[in-house]
Amino acid sequence: MVMLIAGHGRSLLKLELRNVTKRFPGVLANDSVNLTVQSGEILGLLGENGAGKTTLMNILYGLYLADEGEILVDGTVVAFDGPGDAIDAGIGMVHQHFMLVPVFDVTENVVLGVEPTKGPAGTIDMAEARRAVEEISNNYRLDVDAKAMVEDLPVGIQQRIEIIKVLFRDAEVIIFDEPTAVLTPQEVEDFFGIINGLKESGKGIVFITHKLGEVLKVADRIAVLRRGKVVGEAAPNEISKQALAELMVGRPVDLVVDKEAASPGDVVLSVTDLAVVDSRQHTAVDGVTFEVRAGEIVGVAGVQGNGQTELVEALTGLTPPLAGQILLGGEDVTFASPRHMHLSSVAHVPEDRQRSGLILDFDLAENLVLDSYYDEPYSKGSRMDWDYAHHRAGELIEQYDIRTPSSTVTAGTLSGGNQQKLIVAREFSRDVRLIIASQPTRGIDVGSIEYIHNRIVEERDEGSAVLIVSSELDEILALSDRILVMYRGKIVAEVPGAEATATQLGLYMAGSTA
Amino acid sequence: MSEENNVKENEGQSEEPRWMERVAPKEVDWSSLVIIPLLAVLSALIIGAVLIILTDGWGNVLPAYSALFKGAFVGWGSISETLLAATPLIFAGLAVGIGFRAGLFNIGAQGQMVMGGLLAVVVGFSFDGLPAVVHVPLAILAGFLGGALWGFIPGILRARTGAHEVITTIMLNFIAFRTLEYLLKLPRIQQEGRFDPISKEIAESAQLPRLLTWLPVENADQLRLHLGFLIALGAAWVVYWILFKSTIGFEFRAVGANPDAARYGGIGVAAAITMVMVIAGGLAGLGGANETLGVYHRAFPGFTATIGFDAIALALLGRSHPAGIVAASILFGALAAGGRTMQAVAGVGIDLIVVVQALIIVFIAAPELVRAIFRVKVGKETGQITRGWST
Repeated sequence: MVMLIAGHGRSLLKLELRNVTKRFPGVLANDSVNLTVQSGEILGLLGENGAGKTTLMNILYGLYLADEGEILVDGTVVAFDGPGDAIDAGIGMVHQHFMLVPVFDVTENVVLGVEPTKGPAGTIDMAEARRAVEEISNNYRLDVDAKAMVEDLPVGIQQRIEIIKVLFRDAEVIIFDEPTAVLTPQEVEDFFGIINGLKESGKGIVFITHKLGEVLKVADRIAVLRRGKVVGEAAPNEISKQALAELMVGRPVDLVVDKEAASPGDVVLSVTDLAVVDSRQHTAVDGVTFEVRAGEIVGVAGVQGNGQTELVEALTGLTPPLAGQILLGGEDVTFASPRHMHLSSVAHVPEDRQRSGLILDFDLAENLVLDSYYDEPYSKGSRMDWDYAHHRAGELIEQYDIRTPSSTVTAGTLSGGNQQKLIVAREFSRDVRLIIASQPTRGIDVGSIEYIHNRIVEERDEGSAVLIVSSELDEILALSDRILVMYRGKIVAEVPGAEATATQLGLYMAGSTA
Repeated sequence: MSEENNVKENEGQSEEPRWMERVAPKEVDWSSLVIIPLLAVLSALIIGAVLIILTDGWGNVLPAYSALFKGAFVGWGSISETLLAATPLIFAGLAVGIGFRAGLFNIGAQGQMVMGGLLAVVVGFSFDGLPAVVHVPLAILAGFLGGALWGFIPGILRARTGAHEVITTIMLNFIAFRTLEYLLKLPRIQQEGRFDPISKEIAESAQLPRLLTWLPVENADQLRLHLGFLIALGAAWVVYWILFKSTIGFEFRAVGANPDAARYGGIGVAAAITMVMVIAGGLAGLGGANETLGVYHRAFPGFTATIGFDAIALALLGRSHPAGIVAASILFGALAAGGRTMQAVAGVGIDLIVVVQALIIVFIAAPELVRAIFRVKVGKETGQITRGWST
């Protein structure tokens, strides 16, 4: 058993939610939810964005108060008035976005708020803290250097610091909120090893995700949440991926993208020896050469941070390249502006919809004209025609199945999937010959993924050249006619889409050359 | 419509402090736009009453506040003084407000007013014999240009070098004050026979005509309200049109709300920033010209009083919306005009007005406080009761 400092010896066996209901104005976020998690098991909580997973876990963690129902710890009803109570009861939470101080070292981050002290003056006992952190790291094989500065560590390690944090606070049940969203495929594997280790040492794990494959792989039990309700529970060996997807979405879904073989036409985009530096003037794209033809989808695979972001920024005119040449249908657009690229019928779905794809405080009509407001039909001279913009927005909302009460609500009120559809509507609803889509389905629901994938294939079939950049291997494999793998700013492999396998691409992504 | 798809997910929302949202909100929310400001004024007046009680005793609250109200609103003389005081506030408030909309904190309205007012005066006394229909617009234009130049400098510095406009506009304020004093002592500008820094008087043809002197009331010739007020209302309408009806205003607002998305949309962020500062400076310059052409008919150090700084409070109070800024300016104008009567009639120092104005801003800046005191329900429930944890 692990020696812990900041807790009091107690081991939690069973955590239970009974009939938990939570209402927000106009929305029933959790509808009479019953869930149990015991020590030594992994409960997969599966649901789409907006299904109520996060709300439920916030209730469990004392951040929200349930309107109805109760929480039981080892059979006793408890009332949590804030995360402090939940932590005292042995519940720990690892958030999707880590809560770490970048300029502190690992130990300082772990003990922050519960620092061990020594002497009458109560000074921080850093030696003891470091010893405790190292002990946890060793016991659970987390392999974290207690003295490392957090800002220097990769995301996978940062997540382990969060795990050490909750273990240091003596957690017996650990909730992970979308833990794999930020990890590379290899880090995901490591993560599964870690939670299995935690399980073996008697911890209860709640693993929240919207990824079917992951719960099937690692969970002992799966609970599916849809519209705030638990719509089914199953063991991974007694349910198929297809059935699980149907349960989650509420209707039959297509897990594979239907597409004919590509019939590539003329070269639309031609990139030669392109070099781009990032904002810190480090080389991010290091002499990249490739072509994209009309009527084909080229996928760029790679672990995030290997130059894909900078490549896309250079191709769309947002960052001037350092060297090389970009030709669009024969025209030199190496140093063209974003406006020029837009006018040249290039559609761009940016990698971060909330940072650069949308203005969350603007309404849907304003967002739909974000890159075409300056010309007819949306404006005449210097006067915006908002009536027409809203009229057109109404059509696009219909056509692209954007779920919203109207075009006058702000983009920030939409779910992730609908925000992404909003961008797709804006970019695809005009004549395009080249589509550059970066992480087109990151963090959105299955229904929206299906929709956007089909839309992309349709555009290809209508003769557009398509470049997809994604860190999701499944997405690259499902869509691409040709796959390029980027590693440290270079294209290290090119594989025909039909022949590619995840294992092989995974190796290239990790730097092994063909 | 599916309920499920309409739930706003907390995941992935940025957690940066979104103070701009409060300064320049997108949605017209009745509670925060109208009710909270009214309650803030009420709260400030109540605390002001407490101060009167502490210094003068119970008996003086009612006389003081009734004098305040009469001096602000009762009779043509009061209304004229209220609107006269509100006029430069509108211009300067717009200058700060349009900056907020574009994500810029223009603290330089004061300096921009100085330059605008000075240039207007120079044009005002330099031409003789021009008809008023030519001379007045010319002088007003000079006011706009003087301020626009003083806005252009921080604008281009921000756009080209990233120099923060808060720093540069503050420094340009100092430069403007001293430049004014220096220029006022030049023989070309200084009033003959004076040794203190004061300009020549502008020609009558450049003076902004008074609006109410035709009224059949006693002392109608002392009603000082002048054309500047109508120009200010016109400017507010133009700013409204630019911000919400024009392509350039869309660019301004996009740059203010999310510069990354604006750049992605092909908007020239640097050009937009420069342009906003030029317009903001021009508006403040009009405010300066309004004072020199309409009220004092000359320039002297301190002719701007603290209007350029009060403007920041007004833009906050008016939520950077032109209509809100006009309303807030009239409120502050009323407090200023009524305050003078209050001092004269009830003997309560006009400093109390400054305290009340400051308290209004404090309450506006802390809407949760006002909501808690008056138990106002949040107009638009977000469903999020905690911040900074799960999001």
